[in-house]
Amino acid sequence: MLDYESLKLIWWLLVGVLLVGFAIMDGHDMGVGTLLPFVGKDDTERRVVINTVGPHWDGNQVWFITGGGAIFAAWPLVYATAFSGFYWAMLAVLWALFFRPVGFDYRSKISNPTWRKTWDWGLFIGGAVPPLIFGVAFGNLFQGVPFSFDDHLVSTYSGSFWALLNPFALLCGVVSTAMITFHGAIYLVHRTQGEIQWRALRAAGFFGGLMVLSFVAAGVWLWMGIPGYVIQSAVEGGALPNPLAKTVVREAGAWFANYRAYPATLLLPALGIVGVFAAQALARSGRSMAAFWASALAIVGVIGTAGAALFPFIMPSSLDPRASLTVWDSVSSRLTLNIMLWATLIFMPIIILYTSWAYRVMGGKVTAAYVRENSHSAY
Amino acid sequence: MVSEQLVDLSRLQFAATALYHFLFVPLTIGMVWMLVIMESVYVMTGKPLYKDMTRFWGKLFGINFALGVTTGITLEFQFGTNWAYYSHYVGDIFGAPLAIEGLMAFFLESTMIGLFFFGWDRLSRRQHLLVTVLMAVGTNLSALWILIANGWMQNPVGAEFSYVTMRMEMTDFWAVVFNPDAQAKFVHTVSAGYVTGAMFVLSISSWYLLRRRDVEFAKRSFGIAAAFGFASVCSVIVLGDESGYTVGEAQQTKLAAMEAMWETEPAPAPFNLIAIPNEAEMKNDFAIEIPWVMGIIGTRSLDKQIPGIKEIKAKNRERIVSGIEAVTALDALRRDQNDEAARREFEEHKADLGFGLLLKKYVSHFDQLTPEIIEKAVNDTVPRVAPMFWSFRLMVALGFAMLLLFGLALWHSVKGDFADKPWLLRAALYSLPMPWIACEVGWFVAEYGRQPWTIYGVLPTHLSVSTLSVESLYGSLAGFVGFYTVLLVVEMYLMIKFAKQGPGSLGTGRYANEAHA
Repeated sequence: MLDYESLKLIWWLLVGVLLVGFAIMDGHDMGVGTLLPFVGKDDTERRVVINTVGPHWDGNQVWFITGGGAIFAAWPLVYATAFSGFYWAMLAVLWALFFRPVGFDYRSKISNPTWRKTWDWGLFIGGAVPPLIFGVAFGNLFQGVPFSFDDHLVSTYSGSFWALLNPFALLCGVVSTAMITFHGAIYLVHRTQGEIQWRALRAAGFFGGLMVLSFVAAGVWLWMGIPGYVIQSAVEGGALPNPLAKTVVREAGAWFANYRAYPATLLLPALGIVGVFAAQALARSGRSMAAFWASALAIVGVIGTAGAALFPFIMPSSLDPRASLTVWDSVSSRLTLNIMLWATLIFMPIIILYTSWAYRVMGGKVTAAYVRENSHSAY
Repeated sequence: MVSEQLVDLSRLQFAATALYHFLFVPLTIGMVWMLVIMESVYVMTGKPLYKDMTRFWGKLFGINFALGVTTGITLEFQFGTNWAYYSHYVGDIFGAPLAIEGLMAFFLESTMIGLFFFGWDRLSRRQHLLVTVLMAVGTNLSALWILIANGWMQNPVGAEFSYVTMRMEMTDFWAVVFNPDAQAKFVHTVSAGYVTGAMFVLSISSWYLLRRRDVEFAKRSFGIAAAFGFASVCSVIVLGDESGYTVGEAQQTKLAAMEAMWETEPAPAPFNLIAIPNEAEMKNDFAIEIPWVMGIIGTRSLDKQIPGIKEIKAKNRERIVSGIEAVTALDALRRDQNDEAARREFEEHKADLGFGLLLKKYVSHFDQLTPEIIEKAVNDTVPRVAPMFWSFRLMVALGFAMLLLFGLALWHSVKGDFADKPWLLRAALYSLPMPWIACEVGWFVAEYGRQPWTIYGVLPTHLSVSTLSVESLYGSLAGFVGFYTVLLVVEMYLMIKFAKQGPGSLGTGRYANEAHA
């Protein structure tokens, strides 16, 4: 069994991998949902758009569910404190996601136009709201979240839902929504042709630009106006987790400390920006598969940028900084981390294998002719 | 102290969302195997009728599955949103099976379901059958890991409390996986799902036969459902009996409550067929007893005793008194982890820590304790008898009614004359709700029966909740009820529409009520 400190670090990386996996896989079908009412002008076009992700959205959504489960298993204190603290934000995500299974599966089962249009907007909500809220949540992590623990580690959250919607957090929400919508647009370029493909390409131009601009703006704002958190006491990586055992202070510029200490990490934000431009150029030149992976790398860059800035913090407390949740002290026991590591190492490659197979089987352009021929079985 | 209203609302919301989720789960678990059977016959015989059966029943399966997914997400996240202290306190053990469920099972099921619906023209027959089988395997593995998590709530093995991290920690993963409670629960629950799937196909096929529509299609479906349903209902009853027998205190307490056994009867104990439990005086005002049966079911012997409610409460009183010492020592250790005296005291009473925590429902500091409060906590340790007693009997009665129905259906299916037996077809049609009612009351018995604990003997329910405002709970509960009502209306509408239209909805040109583009 690996030592506790390494396991803690590995699990920080693995949660990051799951988050990135979620953003790349579920992200592209959420982006498609967001774009649906705009790139599909009539019912057949919309069915084409929906069927690009029809066979896959369900499997992709499991990245979200497994991510939740993995945080529960590896960072129980984070799962408990964040989900109950962000109560209404979590419910908004959940309720937005409700529109997806029924939207995808029920929409085309009845031909009434009002019915279909209603579910199209349902898929829009299910695609746009979750990334917006996840971005807002990240924006709040940087500013610290008002929670505290009593000596039995019962957490109390003393903010409101509306306080989450502050300007910086909303800017982060724009970054993540633009990123996911951009990614969806690139995927649509890959899987459609003609008018729809052309509209998707234009959407990729707009959302790619918006993503880069808002990403840079958020970085500047973080640099100028948002103090970071620093652990002052000595860190014992192998110690039993107790979030109340350390001292933490707020310090201007501290969110950039990791970048100063390890300049190589600056490649992450660079990747976030270069990935977008590369994806746009590849999509325009017809190499849409490569464009998809460039866009996926941009996602790695953006999420990696946030993670590297926050490390070792996961959820700082603005109310009682020493209660901040970090990679070192909000984790499961060594045994559980070890078992979960094995489970992930065994099953993740298998998942990637059969997911790739499913995409290969269902690959190729989705066309209006396909939708017409399969009107009783397609979405 | 946590307000009682908050606890009640959190429980209500969990119960509502979990029971609602379980309207869809058993049908998924059962139907998926029926699809495997139908498609296997198709692959072996090459008859298009069986492909149409797979596709038509698959269509109804898909409508149901969509809501299963929708409502399942709620459950994965509700532990964190509404049961934060629970999540912290037992996440080290409870989170692992949930995460493994995602990795091992739910990914497989959800990826394959896409290929099941959209892959007919892109896969060979054998490949498509493989997809359907993998989907079924994923679905059932999913149930396995969820029930391992739930089984641990009933019988928390393989874990130990740590005062440094202030939570339960896993000590033996395999003990958690092979928990006898979890294994018994798994087979009982999936079998109940199989019965639900079989009943669904049996009822709807009967309806077509009563109307003399798509007769060949309906007859074949009826036959498969009758055979699969009969085997499954036998397994539910036999394995249900097994889960009554599994040892452990949580099960003993449940058993005593659902049998209204106030006293410890001399072995072998009688079985109360019907009784009118009197909670206040701890006795039954009226009872029809069948001698010996309870003792044999409960202990598989003629000489072992089954503890009654009074004996269980007396034992729990001792544990609560010892638990007071454990909580007091824990508080001292949380102030100073090097307090040796407190540590020794804590180690001695550690096993009863959960019982001490039961008192926190009434007092936040133990210097306010009175004998009356201890008595209240003792009385809390056994769930109320009447709801347990009656819901258990309802479940069992439905189980035997279904055994009779599937027995008759199989008998006439073997004889080949069921299509001419309108009484049988009508009985099958009207029995449609039975498995759902049985599943829901079954879960009620399992979960209400564990009260006052979320983790039996370890963590009381009232300590498990998130510290949310009562207003938040009213708001979210109203939201869930609103969303779920609309979704149920939409789902029922589609289900009834397509069930009524029948296989004609596939647009193959071979059936009545053909769909128009």
